[in-house]
Amino acid sequence: MNAANYLYVSALLFSIGAIGVVVRRNAIVVFMCIELMLNASNLAFVTFARINGNLDGQVIAFFTMVVAACEVVVGLAIIVTIYRSRRSASVDDASLLKR
Amino acid sequence: MKWLTSLMLLPLLGAVLVATLPKAKELLAKQLAFGTTLVVAVAGIAMATQFQRDNVDLQFAESHSWIPTFGINYAVGIDGIALVLILLSVLLAPIVVLAGWNEAVGGRWSVKGFYVLILILETMMIGVFAASDVFLFYVFFEAMLIPVYFLIGGYGTGARAAAAVKFLLYSLFGGLLMLASIIAIYVISGEQGGHTFDINALSQLRLSSTTENLLFLGFFIAFAIKAPLWPFHTWLPDAADSATPGTSVLLLGVLDKVGTFGMIRYCLTLFPHASKTFTPVIIVLAVISIIYGAFLAIGQKDFKRLIAFTSISHFGFITLGIFAMTSQGHSGATLYMFNHGFSTAALFLVAGWMASRRGSSKIADFGGLQRITPIMAWAFFFAGMSSLALPGLSSFVSEFLVLVGTYTRYPVAAVISAFGIVLAALYILLPIQRALHGPTTDGNESLTDLNLREKIAIAPVLAVILVLGFYPAPLLNVINPAAAHSIAKAGFSDPLSAIDSKGATK
Amino acid sequence: MTSNSLVYLIALPLFGSAVLLLAGRRSDRWGHILATVLSGSAFVVGLVQFAQMLGRSNDQRAVTQKLFSWISVGTFKVDASLMLDQLSICFVLLITGVGTLIHIYSIAYMSHDLDRRRFFAYLNLFIAAMLLLVLGDSYLNLYVGWEGVGLASYLLIGFWNQKPAYATAAKKAFVANRVGDLGLSLAIMISFATMGTVSFAGVKEQAGHASTGALTAIGIMLLIAATGKSAQFPLQAWLGDAMAGPTPVSALIHAATMVTAGVYLITRSNFIFDAAPTAQLLVAIIGAITLLFGAIIGTAKDDIKKALAASTMSQIGYMVLGAGLGPAGYAFAIMHLLTHGFFKAGMFLGAGSVMHGMDDEVNMRRYGGLRKFMPITFATFGLGYLAIIGVPPFAGFYSKDKIIEVAFNAGGIKGITLGGAALLGAAITAFYMTRVVILTFAGSKRWDDKAHPHESPALMWLPMVLLAVGSVTSGIIFTHGNSLQNWLAPVVATSPAHEGELLKPAVVSILALVLVLAGVGLAIMKYLRKPVPSEAPTDVSIFTRIARRDLLQDDFNEAVFMRPGQKLTEVLVATDELLVDGAVRGVAHITQSTGRTLGMTQTGFVRSYAMWILLGAIGLLATIWVVTL
Repeated sequence: MNAANYLYVSALLFSIGAIGVVVRRNAIVVFMCIELMLNASNLAFVTFARINGNLDGQVIAFFTMVVAACEVVVGLAIIVTIYRSRRSASVDDASLLKR
Repeated sequence: MKWLTSLMLLPLLGAVLVATLPKAKELLAKQLAFGTTLVVAVAGIAMATQFQRDNVDLQFAESHSWIPTFGINYAVGIDGIALVLILLSVLLAPIVVLAGWNEAVGGRWSVKGFYVLILILETMMIGVFAASDVFLFYVFFEAMLIPVYFLIGGYGTGARAAAAVKFLLYSLFGGLLMLASIIAIYVISGEQGGHTFDINALSQLRLSSTTENLLFLGFFIAFAIKAPLWPFHTWLPDAADSATPGTSVLLLGVLDKVGTFGMIRYCLTLFPHASKTFTPVIIVLAVISIIYGAFLAIGQKDFKRLIAFTSISHFGFITLGIFAMTSQGHSGATLYMFNHGFSTAALFLVAGWMASRRGSSKIADFGGLQRITPIMAWAFFFAGMSSLALPGLSSFVSEFLVLVGTYTRYPVAAVISAFGIVLAALYILLPIQRALHGPTTDGNESLTDLNLREKIAIAPVLAVILVLGFYPAPLLNVINPAAAHSIAKAGFSDPLSAIDSKGATK
Repeated sequence: MTSNSLVYLIALPLFGSAVLLLAGRRSDRWGHILATVLSGSAFVVGLVQFAQMLGRSNDQRAVTQKLFSWISVGTFKVDASLMLDQLSICFVLLITGVGTLIHIYSIAYMSHDLDRRRFFAYLNLFIAAMLLLVLGDSYLNLYVGWEGVGLASYLLIGFWNQKPAYATAAKKAFVANRVGDLGLSLAIMISFATMGTVSFAGVKEQAGHASTGALTAIGIMLLIAATGKSAQFPLQAWLGDAMAGPTPVSALIHAATMVTAGVYLITRSNFIFDAAPTAQLLVAIIGAITLLFGAIIGTAKDDIKKALAASTMSQIGYMVLGAGLGPAGYAFAIMHLLTHGFFKAGMFLGAGSVMHGMDDEVNMRRYGGLRKFMPITFATFGLGYLAIIGVPPFAGFYSKDKIIEVAFNAGGIKGITLGGAALLGAAITAFYMTRVVILTFAGSKRWDDKAHPHESPALMWLPMVLLAVGSVTSGIIFTHGNSLQNWLAPVVATSPAHEGELLKPAVVSILALVLVLAGVGLAIMKYLRKPVPSEAPTDVSIFTRIARRDLLQDDFNEAVFMRPGQKLTEVLVATDELLVDGAVRGVAHITQSTGRTLGMTQTGFVRSYAMWILLGAIGLLATIWVVTL
């Protein structure tokens, strides 16, 4: 089977994630889109590992997963905290640093 | 005995002691600061007595490795020119502390903070004149800005924050140009035998003329901003306007001398050929400074700004003397640095007392002070006469030496500059007439005359001005060998008088 | 010859002034006495020196005293040292002698002034500075005294500086003098650059080797210095205003001594002027212009002090003219200076005495007929008057006629022009001085009943009497056997014999006398035969109006120097604010606004940041794609 197909899927997933980050306001959805992009890149890494026949890409994919997990922990905590104090999960409302 | 290091450590020690005092003990902080500066002054005079005046090498030299990776040393040592300027710093410091006894009140920070800053500044003023390692000089040159920044911004009046920032950024700009030149010359020294920052070693480098000119400009612009030379002068009136009188005295009296001192010590020594190339331009700038500063001083409506502009005119004379490249010009310029320190100190301190009593430093707010506060008026008059270089007072000797020294090489520049002495009469006599003479105007009737502390502070300044006017030999004897040496190093000799040169060609 | 007592001449009055200024009000009770005694002691020291000098042969008379090395840098070496020779002793005796008389006079004149002590401190300071001026052995030492007397003059003109006009007058005098000082300092610079020395002896020795161009330049600069200090054209405008000072000051500083310093300077520099004929001719021309200028102003002044000031200017014009005539004239310039010192100081003190008795009224139109009330003042003033207009055998006759005679004999058109001017000046002098005497002492009374004219106390009239004696006798003494000429001969070149002279001395004297009589007669016709209005008439010719305005000297200075200067200052202040500082502030402004503009991209919206990141990434990829294509 052609490995390139996996890459197309990866690119598609990444694009969906990227567009989602840009167009969606809800923080949770944005967050999910980021996860989508991370996983798209993971898919690409694994595919390349397969193509090149070594484990480098797979190792990096694991690293990415660990980082993503940490990010989810911190990110969700921030989103929940913001939601608690502001009763809103819209990312556009949270532009406090500007002012 | 390590004179210079001890002299630098003493005020630092005082600063630490003052800093550890509790905030409430303001009087003790003042007394401790005054005591420290007094001890430093005595130590400075003691050092001067040990100075061998005919020895043109750097004396009291010390050298310790500091950052060996870059060949940076803690190296100090002074010649006659540096000695005179160190003396100026250590003598003015106690006078400033005593004269501005209540200056720190009403500042943004505590009273003791003011004195900590003054003492740290004193250490750096000594260091900057004593350094014989270019890097060490640069460190002091830039580090000096910090205490002054806080002194202006924290304890000044009016638009103090803006003035402090303007001062800092302007000086920093010049300093960075100098840093670029210092790095370049360091790199070149590495190409020619070994990385070093030692001033004597650096003066032996062979530089192509383009390189030398560019490096010279880096140093010179930094010093011209510091000095300040037209057209780099505009930070000075703002800074002087906002700073407390004591800070202004240190700023104009001592700090700005780093600029003219640097021209002699660094520009001429490191870049003799470039100095020669740029001399015509610099002479023109100096002459413009003299005349321009004088005209602007005439046009000022505020005492502090007026004094700042008179200083710009006087710094023009100093720069003129340096670049006239004659022994009279050089000695005169160095002597002028010392004398200007004292006459500006007198002017600023008395103007400061007048302003703090009246609550304004506008000339128009005063009138008829001679009848109300005769001693204060006399002190101001005396200081003014010194500023307009009345013969018999110290500034005359130096100003005349500069003019004579310039005339022998650049007659036109000397003649134009000499008009400065007519303008000086105007910029001193006009404010004297407006503020001291005439009928007493509203708001001045109840001003009090100088108190005992103020009299004690101003008396030595006026005495020095008078004594050096009639007997400048103690300073000239120290300055002359060093000045002659620096001219010879730059490759110049005094022009012969017309008659002698006729005889020589025969 | 060296001496170690010369310094006391200066030190005594200097000490007095220092004590009085430092002790302040504590010395109010005895300050004036101390000052007078010290001035008198200086006179005694001067007399002793004079006596010793007489005891030596003519070429051994000069004495010097080196005090210390003042400035020494490279080849520029100036000692603080004093030199007393035949020329300076004349001045020393004049300064300390007249000075002491005026100290005595001032004790009474200033007795009602709360600040009398300060006045005496300044007077002593002046005496010290003036002595330094004439005793200094180099141009630079002279310069110290030169500006020192300027300072004392400034302080004394502005003694009552609570009046704004007086403070302005003081400042004006200082600034005008500074313009002159500029000339002196340039002269010193040129002489150092050309001859490598600034001492009188050194310059005298080297002058022969210097180029005529350099000597002419030095001469012109010295002339500028002299015009400033001696109120000569074109720097004469300050002298009239200087009458703001107390009258004894006008007598001492602005008549007898300080204003004659220019004549001293030119005479002292005879070796320069004799080698620079152009500069010397300029000196004579300036003198001739000023003597007419002052005389014309004198005819229009109603203020007695200003009339005398104009007369001083004119008389110094004679001296400068004399000094400008070279070896033939130096001795007569000095002679006129000395005789003028007596009679003009006497007349000023007389004017002070009149003011003292008339509640400080200075307008002569409010005087009239005072001779009955002030007989001594009238007598002494009258003797001075006879001396100044040149009636034989009074002092002015000898000195002024000699200058006129030498001017005529200068040769060619130059001689006729200068001599004619001097002769015309003599006629005008006779006119305006007669006018002063008539308006003040003769005619009918024009003062109001509040004034009670009375004779002044003895402390005041005694000095006047002594000066009057000087005005009568000094001329005879100085010319008897050409005593002054011979005395000065070692210092200034002597007069050549009268060969091929244009006019014989007797002819000049007769011509001058006729003209003087004409002047006197005209004044009598105009002011004694007709009643004098107590207000100055306003329907006068344009010439009178111009003369009253001091021949427009102030208008000229204001239009040419002051107002353009003020404009220039304003323009420069604005330039500094807008252009020079504007450039600095402009850089700061540009930095700030750039920051603010770029800051606008930072919206704070996470999604827009993400958008930018995305676009950036796409842009980057596109670039790589295009480049590697």
